[in-house]
Amino acid sequence: MITDFLLHHTPALLVAVPLLGAFLTPIIGRISPIVRKIWVMGTMTLTSAIAVLLVYLVYTRGTFVYVFGALTPGLAIPPDSGGIPIRIIFTVDPMGAFMDLIVAVVGFCVILYSLSGDEKRTGLHYFYTLFLLLITSVLGMVSTGDLFNFFVFIEISSLASAGLVAFSVEQGRAVEAGLKYFMISTMGGIFLLFAIGILYGQYNALNIAMIAERMQFTSLDKIALVLMVVALAMKCGAVPLHFWTPDAYSLAPSTITAMLVVVSQASLYGLFRFVFTLYNLTLNYVTIGWVIIILGVLSMVIGVTMAIPQKDVKRLMAYHAVSQTGYMLLGVGVGLAVLGNQAALDTYGFIAIEGGLFHIINHALYKGLLFLTAGAIIYRIGTRDLNKMGGLGHSMKYTMIFFMIGALAIAGIPPFNGFASKLLIYESVYLFNPLLAIIAMVVSILTLASFVKVFHSIFMGPTLPEYSKVREAPPAMLIGMGILAVLIIAFGFFPQLVVDSLVAPAAHALINQGSYISAILGGA
Amino acid sequence: MFWNLPYISVVLLTLIGISIIILKKNLIKIFMGVNILTSAVNLFIIAVGYRDGGIAPIYTNAPSTNMVLPTPQALCLTSIVIGVATTALLLTFAMLLYRTYGTTDVDKIRELRE
Amino acid sequence: MRMSKIVRTGSDLMYPFIFIFGWYVIMHGHLTPGGGFQGGAVVATGAALVIVAYSYQEVNAMIKKAILMFQESGGLVLFIGAGLAGMILGFPFFYNWLANSGSLFGMSVIPGPNPGELNTAGFLPLMNIAVGTEVWGGLTIVILYMLSGVEKEGI
Repeated sequence: MITDFLLHHTPALLVAVPLLGAFLTPIIGRISPIVRKIWVMGTMTLTSAIAVLLVYLVYTRGTFVYVFGALTPGLAIPPDSGGIPIRIIFTVDPMGAFMDLIVAVVGFCVILYSLSGDEKRTGLHYFYTLFLLLITSVLGMVSTGDLFNFFVFIEISSLASAGLVAFSVEQGRAVEAGLKYFMISTMGGIFLLFAIGILYGQYNALNIAMIAERMQFTSLDKIALVLMVVALAMKCGAVPLHFWTPDAYSLAPSTITAMLVVVSQASLYGLFRFVFTLYNLTLNYVTIGWVIIILGVLSMVIGVTMAIPQKDVKRLMAYHAVSQTGYMLLGVGVGLAVLGNQAALDTYGFIAIEGGLFHIINHALYKGLLFLTAGAIIYRIGTRDLNKMGGLGHSMKYTMIFFMIGALAIAGIPPFNGFASKLLIYESVYLFNPLLAIIAMVVSILTLASFVKVFHSIFMGPTLPEYSKVREAPPAMLIGMGILAVLIIAFGFFPQLVVDSLVAPAAHALINQGSYISAILGGA
Repeated sequence: MFWNLPYISVVLLTLIGISIIILKKNLIKIFMGVNILTSAVNLFIIAVGYRDGGIAPIYTNAPSTNMVLPTPQALCLTSIVIGVATTALLLTFAMLLYRTYGTTDVDKIRELRE
Repeated sequence: MRMSKIVRTGSDLMYPFIFIFGWYVIMHGHLTPGGGFQGGAVVATGAALVIVAYSYQEVNAMIKKAILMFQESGGLVLFIGAGLAGMILGFPFFYNWLANSGSLFGMSVIPGPNPGELNTAGFLPLMNIAVGTEVWGGLTIVILYMLSGVEKEGI
């Protein structure tokens, strides 16, 4: 009975459980802090469990279609609607499930860490309400099959994350960063809504599969595509529009920063989903592919060069996040540029997409871990200035090990997971254009140089007198970081297993537009 | 020509909104620009949904079957609700910034420039 | 900044009517233009009128913020709960499980032009009530918090 219920309603529960948890937090949180912690942790555990179940179902049974408000969950096209899907439909294909898995894993670790990492803040009811709302919105963004629904979830994520970035309102700077982030997100949302309006006006539909089937690629569609790419590139922090990233990432609480990485990756998912599923071969894929490649290369180079001189540890990591986003754009962009050329797609294009997608999950893991270690250091010593740190390796051994794992992974050193995905990208991009691969390798070396410097200035050297009483981070924070670190090492040791079982189905689902459409519209 | 008037207004409102956001220095005026831009999108969606001769899809008043699809109205309402939340949060930010910096001039709220 | 007695008495007199009108809009959301958000905003306007007419301290003593917060969360929980109830009954999330059931809001709609029957539309009125309660609490609390910021500046 209960398993039947779970198996039938997984996508709805995925959104309903954290939403209900979020709205009950202010009421239940009033009882006592312990009850609030248990409630928040319980909600997140349940959400993660549902997400993992959904991922399992999607990978074993194929695309999961769930229709809200219909008589039965699978009834995508009601008999009296004239062949048009009219309701809000969640379409979870392996690509969406892949993103759900990232949100579930990172969200679980971050909430666990946050139980002790954020306990000194005031107004924690609202902190966790917004946090759970943020998780809901990201899960919704990657699961929905409806354009307008995507817009609503992206706006919820903007509202929640802007509120969380500016959560320490006593600092004017945090509010400034929050405002900057929110203005960018709002403008992005407005552009996206314009694009949705244009598509609706032409095709009388909001369902992604329906529009994809009717897509003509008229000049209006080109305008819509440009608006969508601009809006989502703003949200994911690719280079010409990256200026909010360092401010928002560095001034938000560390737990929020780790989640913001996932939010920007969900925007990246939206970008890939629209380009591959909505437009696919109708668009001028060589041009759009090169636009994405150029955005990626610029992000890589500018991100890493801006990161090297930074003094603030989180600001430095934020610029590295911009740089790593470039790798994903590069990998998937190369795949897009050869989409119509079957021979090239088989030799290297598909591997490039796999590399880009594999890098998304790797990036979420190691960047989340790095931000959490930075948070643990700031939690214990109270400063974020690299010049004032030093000698912490004596007192914070576990944090040091976790930082080292994260830093080696981001720099692409074997046997960590960053190496596996970067290798896939190098190999395939080299066949496409050797210059791009060389740029990617140079950026990777610069990343390593930057992190060696950071590692040295935080952990090495004699214990500084002002930090002689610094202790190790609390256990909940260590467990949260530990799970991420174990996953990083596991992914690094068994990359082939992960690629074959997780990434390749997602990449297939991404480039195979027909299967997405037929999941909704039937065998047509 | 006449039937294009809503679209012309959308373009004008968009241009006005974007120029306010870019040119004005006062935070409150910038937020007004954002609101104008939101209104432009709402008008656009409503204009897209207009069908000549269609009637409102209210079941009890239906004399014929030429009802318009209510989707654009629903989109527009949702967008208005989101706009309210956005404006409230933006104004709260302006209030908090005024408390810290004593000004709403964006040129003076610049601690983060590095 | 307390307004004059005329304004205060006027707002006292207006408030019940605004409140009733707001709830009218909420309750008739499934029959006439309007609905939960619009009606809730109208009710919150009434609260804003009272807040403007009286001073912040007086209003702060009059209105309990905890109750508003409870309204806000409670409305949203009712909304999600109505959706989840459909799932427990074996239908998808947000299935209209009350429509045509014959119980509360469960009358079948009479075809053809007619003034409309309040007791129809299934759980849509429930949704409207939930959203109305939430918007009423939420917007009032937003106004109150913003006013508290202004008060601290001494304006």
